[in-house]
Amino acid sequence: MTGAIVLGTALCAAVALGMVFRARDGRIRATESAAAEEPQRLAPVDLGGPLGERASLVHFSSAFCAPCRATRVLVDTIAEQSQGVRAIEVDAESNLDLVRRLDIRRTPTLLVLDGQGVIRRRATGLPKRSEVVAALADVV
Amino acid sequence: MSEQVSGRTDQRAAAKTGPRILVDPRGQRFNAFITTVVLAVVLLTIPGDTSLILLGVQAFVFGLGAFFGLRYQPYGWVYRTFIRPRLGPPKEFEDEAPPRFSQLVGLIFVFLAVVGLALPFEPLAYLAVAFALIAAFLNAVFGFCLGCQVYLMFRRGTSRD
Repeated sequence: MTGAIVLGTALCAAVALGMVFRARDGRIRATESAAAEEPQRLAPVDLGGPLGERASLVHFSSAFCAPCRATRVLVDTIAEQSQGVRAIEVDAESNLDLVRRLDIRRTPTLLVLDGQGVIRRRATGLPKRSEVVAALADVV
Repeated sequence: MSEQVSGRTDQRAAAKTGPRILVDPRGQRFNAFITTVVLAVVLLTIPGDTSLILLGVQAFVFGLGAFFGLRYQPYGWVYRTFIRPRLGPPKEFEDEAPPRFSQLVGLIFVFLAVVGLALPFEPLAYLAVAFALIAAFLNAVFGFCLGCQVYLMFRRGTSRD
């Protein structure tokens, strides 16, 4: 009897979690810091390379992450097709200080930076192409 | 420069897993579905020999998947032999490393459940199996790999840069 109750509870929890994850996954949100007086920004020194002139798509990936591959393809394609936009991939495991500073909890996490390096948008999970393009248009 | 940063990721991934092995993601979901069913039966048969035997089988399956690769795992064999010929080739492949890591996470939870039964402290067994079942269900039905996502939090908590 206990087992049946535990099973029922676990299945309900799994369905609820799955629906929450599905709704949130890849959704691009405006970061709170973007509106703050001291916005959070990334400099070339943080990323080991120059930023994009107009915007940068910084994505954190790790080896143990299936959607990271799809994110890389998406972000690279969009950057190639947009002038002054640079795609920068950061390996989360070898940049743990940065991961802690930005409170990155999962990979892939995508940050959309404006030309000054200010983090304007953020998404966790594989984002939709149209949303990344829209976010870029807002930021540039 | 962006190429250099991403190049490092690939090298690290390769160093950890050897040459990249790609797997059919539908096989992983089939695997998770069978795991969900096995763990559901475990929950319904705690405490008892059936639950212990099934946990042993599931631990063996997780262990094979985690340490030797998903191809050497019996559920994967069933998928390859009986299911995939009917489905045709997959549209895309994915890296084997994430699902393999998640098999290790599964093994840890099954181990905790066995400890719970051995003590005996049944709440531990119920809780551990319930968590493993939630993870397997999310993978089977929604395609989310919880085990894979725990990895970064684990690294953040345990290592200094």
